[in-house]
Amino acid sequence: MPAHRINHRTRKPLAVAGWVLVALGGAIAWAVLALARGERVSAVWLLAAALGSYAIAYRFYARFIITRVLRPDDRRATPAERLADGVDYEPTDRRVLFGHHFAAIAGAGPLVGPVLAAQMGYLPGTIWIVAGVIFAGAVQDLVVMFLSMRRDGASLGRMVRDEIGLVGGGAALIAVFAIMIILLAVLALIVVNALATSPWGTFSIAATIPIALFMGLYLRFLRPGRVVEASTIGVVLLLAAVAGGDWVEHSSLASVFTLTPRTLVLCLAGYGLLASILPVWLLLAPRDYLSTFVKVGAISLMAIGVFVSAPQLKAQAVTAFARSGHGPVWAGSLFPFLFITIACGALSGFHALVSSGTTPKLIEKESQVKLIGYGGMLTESFVAVMALLAASILDPGLYYAMNAPAGLLGDTVQSASQAVSHLGFSITPEQLRAAAAAVGEKSLIARTGGAPTLAVGMAQVLNVFGGSALRAFWYHFAIMFEALFILTTVDAGTRVGRFMLQDLLGTAWKPLGRVNWRPGIWLCSALTVAAWGYFLYVGATDPLGGVNQLFPLFGIANQLLAAIALALATTVLVKSGRLRWAWVTGVPLAWDVAVTFTASWQKIFSGDPTVGFFAQRERYAHALASGKILAPAASSGAMHTIVVNSTVDGILMAVFLTLVAVVVGSAAWTCMRALRSPEPLPLAESPFVESRLGVDRAEHLEPVGGAAGRAG
Amino acid sequence: MITAALRATRWIRWYLREYSGAGAYERHVARYRAEHPGSPAPSRRDYERERARHRDHHPASRCC
Repeated sequence: MPAHRINHRTRKPLAVAGWVLVALGGAIAWAVLALARGERVSAVWLLAAALGSYAIAYRFYARFIITRVLRPDDRRATPAERLADGVDYEPTDRRVLFGHHFAAIAGAGPLVGPVLAAQMGYLPGTIWIVAGVIFAGAVQDLVVMFLSMRRDGASLGRMVRDEIGLVGGGAALIAVFAIMIILLAVLALIVVNALATSPWGTFSIAATIPIALFMGLYLRFLRPGRVVEASTIGVVLLLAAVAGGDWVEHSSLASVFTLTPRTLVLCLAGYGLLASILPVWLLLAPRDYLSTFVKVGAISLMAIGVFVSAPQLKAQAVTAFARSGHGPVWAGSLFPFLFITIACGALSGFHALVSSGTTPKLIEKESQVKLIGYGGMLTESFVAVMALLAASILDPGLYYAMNAPAGLLGDTVQSASQAVSHLGFSITPEQLRAAAAAVGEKSLIARTGGAPTLAVGMAQVLNVFGGSALRAFWYHFAIMFEALFILTTVDAGTRVGRFMLQDLLGTAWKPLGRVNWRPGIWLCSALTVAAWGYFLYVGATDPLGGVNQLFPLFGIANQLLAAIALALATTVLVKSGRLRWAWVTGVPLAWDVAVTFTASWQKIFSGDPTVGFFAQRERYAHALASGKILAPAASSGAMHTIVVNSTVDGILMAVFLTLVAVVVGSAAWTCMRALRSPEPLPLAESPFVESRLGVDRAEHLEPVGGAAGRAG
Repeated sequence: MITAALRATRWIRWYLREYSGAGAYERHVARYRAEHPGSPAPSRRDYERERARHRDHHPASRCC
């Protein structure tokens, strides 16, 4: 950052020295991570590198985007002020809103992707998480939030329609719905994999439903609005349920809670349907409170645990799989697949749905988007770094025994141990058995999906609280909180999907669009659940491993959504005469398009059957036709399943790609028109209204823009 | 030391109240009184029901 942009207040020698120290600290931490070879590195360096980079990015890059590119105006009334209705629109304290926004964007995504990405070593993942969030993810959230705030809190789909055009808008709407279905299915799949044949985990998650119902009734009839009180009771009950799971596992009830993946799929689909139909106050809202408080608690606990226990990183900085692209957890080369495996935490298109719509309607002063949008995403990124850390402190042998697909590892500790040694790592059958026993599980083999691995890592970190006696408790606590976040996303997502579908189908037949018409509600809820339920079932029963097959689809879908959001942001910058700064969102857009289009292209056209869906289909269909059975399939039925699944996945990939290509194409067209047009193209921005919110509110804000704002 | 601890406790209480929406009801009552002088302000129960009803039809996305 050139010196002339640093204002005089902070040019004080002390502040300069402070920032120099932060920069040096961060640089040293990166150097230690990058240069350490052969010897063990403390995980604290990982955190120091990330935190130092975030501080610098927030202080300099975010401020640059605010002062030079977006130029918010605190004299302008925000929609929260102009349209205040006490419900949707309401000026909210920035720190409180930061909490709400963070709770809405951060879920299981940043916990899962990094764990899977640890297959390539901790270094590539960390670099992408940190650089990605600073230059792409947080920028996307910030700019989309700002644009939506200037448009009365319009949704992403509406902004695309208004600013890019009808074709792009229509494609964006369908893409958002389709992408959401895949997201929900894959998230639910992670829950299924974490809970399958684990009575302890299943019991504690099942307990969240009666606990939420109790909280809902409490808040409705006993003590309306006493959310903190109800949540405290809920959290205590939840901890009791996690502790009680140990007892359930060793009682006659164990068989009731030992469920196969298929049964779990049905349970989840039923739950999603129920949550979409029942009134929000009864189930969805209280679960949301519970999930939020557990989220903040668990993440803080983990951060403290990491700093106190300062574990050593056992994973390699860069593994052989990063170079070969033939890792067992997921297939594909570092570029582009690392960048889609870690979506949430670095760049997550789904955030654009939260950053437009909900949050912008609550912002008090325009300049606060920096803290809420950029700062909120940095915080999520930190969660992702901790997840990567939790996976990297595990013994690599255990990591691969947990994350390679079941077809590769076999059913026994002996076969798993052997498979791991084929991969070039080692773990003895006894060690595998002991690792499972330590966390109170029967087996940890092929517990794919990231959640169990994170839970083992977290249990190791949280060992500082209570020692090995509590290890099994912490493991199941981690499983519970991940599943809790995911179910919160799944139930809210099903409801959002239902409304989108009602909106969409309502244009064809009016009654379906009515939000009070029961048959319409049931039909659209059922359709939404059936859509993600199908992919969930496919994932849970896929002989090739559902996570292996569907996770790339999930990552690509999420990043394609980011392409739509960044295309919108770039178009508006160009249209509003800020071509000079269009690179701020244009460069991340170009990168994201390069990543997602390469990944989709390979997923569709690659001749390597572990990567390309259609090559895979070809391989199994060919074998099936000549009566052969290829491992890991065990029967011709399984062979047939693979053929069907890879066809569906391949087609879906092509549909996503086409839709996003249409949106990005029309965005480019609109930009061209804007550049050629002698008059500026119209923007859908709401007109300026002078803010009347008192100085007391503006006072604590950071000064923005010209010298006037910096006086005092 | 003690004042710092007190201040921190007060801040956390304030934060939790605001976060959970307890402050929203009080502000709503204040606004209601200013806009409709004379008529009784809605009870906490009615206000929360209204909010819940609204949430029924305006679902908010949760990210992954």
